[in-house]
Amino acid sequence: MPLSWYLVFGALLFMIGVVGVLTRRNVIIVLMSIELMLNAVNVTLISFSHYLQDLRGQIFTLFIIAVAASEAAIGLALVISMYRGKSTFNLDEVNVLKW
Amino acid sequence: MKVLVWLIPILPAVAVLLNGLLGRRILRDKAHYLGVGSVGLALLCALIVILRVIADPQHPIEAKLYPWIFAGSFSVDMGLMVDSLSAVMLFVVCGVGFLVHVYSIGYMHGDPSYPRFFTYLNLFMTSMLVLVLADNYLLMFVGWEGVGLCSYLLIGFWYERRSASDAGKKAFIVNRIGDAGFILAMALIFWTTGSLAYHDVFAAAADHQITTGIATAITLLLFIGAMGKSAQIPLYVWLPDAMEGPTPVSALIHAATMVTAGVYMVVRSQALYLLAPISMDVMAGIGAFTALFAASIALVQNDIKRVLAYSTVSQLGYMFLGCGVGAFTSGLFHVMTHAFFKGLLFLGAGSVIHAMHEEQDMRRMGGLRRHIRGTYDTMLLATIAIAGIPPFAGFWSKDEILASAIKGGHVLWWVLGLCAAFMTSFYMFRLIFMTFRGEERFDTEQVHPHESPPSMLQPLRILAVLSVIGGVIVGIPPENGLFHKFVAHAFHNQGEHAVHAFHFWPDVPLMLLSTVIALGGLYLAYLFYIQDPERPKRLAEKFAFAYETLLNKYYIDEFYDAYIVRPVKWSTDALWSVDARVVDGVVNGFGAFTRLYANWSGIVDRWVVDGAVNGVGTVIQSGSRAFRLIQTGVVQNYLLVMALGLFVFATIYLIAL
Repeated sequence: MPLSWYLVFGALLFMIGVVGVLTRRNVIIVLMSIELMLNAVNVTLISFSHYLQDLRGQIFTLFIIAVAASEAAIGLALVISMYRGKSTFNLDEVNVLKW
Repeated sequence: MKVLVWLIPILPAVAVLLNGLLGRRILRDKAHYLGVGSVGLALLCALIVILRVIADPQHPIEAKLYPWIFAGSFSVDMGLMVDSLSAVMLFVVCGVGFLVHVYSIGYMHGDPSYPRFFTYLNLFMTSMLVLVLADNYLLMFVGWEGVGLCSYLLIGFWYERRSASDAGKKAFIVNRIGDAGFILAMALIFWTTGSLAYHDVFAAAADHQITTGIATAITLLLFIGAMGKSAQIPLYVWLPDAMEGPTPVSALIHAATMVTAGVYMVVRSQALYLLAPISMDVMAGIGAFTALFAASIALVQNDIKRVLAYSTVSQLGYMFLGCGVGAFTSGLFHVMTHAFFKGLLFLGAGSVIHAMHEEQDMRRMGGLRRHIRGTYDTMLLATIAIAGIPPFAGFWSKDEILASAIKGGHVLWWVLGLCAAFMTSFYMFRLIFMTFRGEERFDTEQVHPHESPPSMLQPLRILAVLSVIGGVIVGIPPENGLFHKFVAHAFHNQGEHAVHAFHFWPDVPLMLLSTVIALGGLYLAYLFYIQDPERPKRLAEKFAFAYETLLNKYYIDEFYDAYIVRPVKWSTDALWSVDARVVDGVVNGFGAFTRLYANWSGIVDRWVVDGAVNGVGTVIQSGSRAFRLIQTGVVQNYLLVMALGLFVFATIYLIAL
């Protein structure tokens, strides 16, 4: 299979993630969409690694997986703290970040 | 010996500190342990020092402690000196002082301010001792002011009484006038001789470095100081009022010691006075006139202490008369004998007042001899002494002064002095007769006169002995007795005209004349107050104007009030209104102008400066109102903008590629 298929797949996956982040109101789903975007990047990195026969791309991916794990932990912690403070998962109600 | 000399004034000073600090809380009615004890020890030291001076009068004891002030050519030592002159004063001050302290134990017993009384009295002792022991004019002036302060404090001791606090102020203010003279004299002395130490000044005087004019100015100024302190015309008015103080104070300060400070100072400065014949004449005249003037007022006073007060003024006049005619030592001799008998008279009067439950008016006394025999006997001896009946103490000193006056050719002063002597005898026996003889004129049901306690009677007895023999022992032969020879050492026989020899003519006839005059006064008093007590009343009615004038003390207080006090008050009022209108007006005007300016500047600040600042803020605020709508606070909006931005940039990048 040519490289472009993998790249198109990664791009699609990324776009699904972006749309998920921008449109969904549930904070958990937004977090899941962010994970999706990260994984889309992983797919792209691995395809280039295979195509260029260079292992550095795969090592990068391993790092990203590790960072994603911690990011998920912090994200969930933020969700819990948000729920304690506002008793909601709806992002539209969390709008104090303005003038 | 040096230490002993310093101990004399320091001992009472220590007692002042302790009594002043601890008296009210701790010592209370035991304050006299310290007060009397310290003076007793000082007396002991003084006696040792005096014995040393008597043993070797040629060499005064000098006790310099340290140079007190030195600035350029001006230097003053913190130094004491005891020569025969200081020794006499030391004896009087410590001796009478101690007796009065002992007397005060009984007299002031039960007073709520008992420790305060002893604090002041000891402070007085310290100041007085510094005054007589100092070896220069400045240190003498320190003591001089100190006794003035104590006089003020003690006259106003019962300050809750308006009259007492007024009398204290009067004494202080009148004394200030004299003190001003003293200060000017010191400045002049320093300007002329370059020193204030007695030794240097008198050496310069003996060396004729001081011209007659300067010497006259110095001595007249010094005499103004003496007038204030020693209550001479015209500054005598404070002394009669000073009787508002407790009686022991009157005895010690206003009879025996402080008021004689002026005489001491004049005797001390005799080297200067001898250069200034005009000052001597002025002094003799004022002394003689004061003696007569005060004696005439004393004739009709009814308050027992006031009679004694005017008597004191009169006797002080004698002392200055003596100094003025050149008989300085006789003047000093009179200081000593007067201290004995006048101290005794005041203490006796205190005893009478004590017995009569604070009654001072002799018209409500009489017949007290039966009740307080001890007081009567001692007071009678003192009266004989002051009247000048030989061989009691007063005779010798007073007769010497009068003899010196006539022998020096001052006939007028001599006549005035004799008249005053006659009056003295009369008013003193009048006092004795009105108080102790005749019938009781008080309510015998209400008042039961009682004899004073031993602590009050013993000092009376000791002073009585001194009043009797004090003159005979040291005053015979007149003008050449032990006393004169002793004191002459202080002046190396150069100050006074060489000590006079005693001659049968004219001395014995003069003595006889004095005696006759004194007895005449006694007889007249007898006629008036024993034989026919109605006689004075008839006489007073007959010569109503003279009687009223004397009773009102020649209206001198009223005169001073009208011509000195009121003009001063008027001018201060005028100055005050100038101050209130002009000075305050300028100050207030300036203040008002400043306020006006500040208001105006406040308006500018509020409208212009604040307006500019707020204007900038307002412009920015309203300008930014539109932009702030972008900030929705919803994170996804921001992300959307970010994604779009990325998309735009990526697109531009790709197209440009």
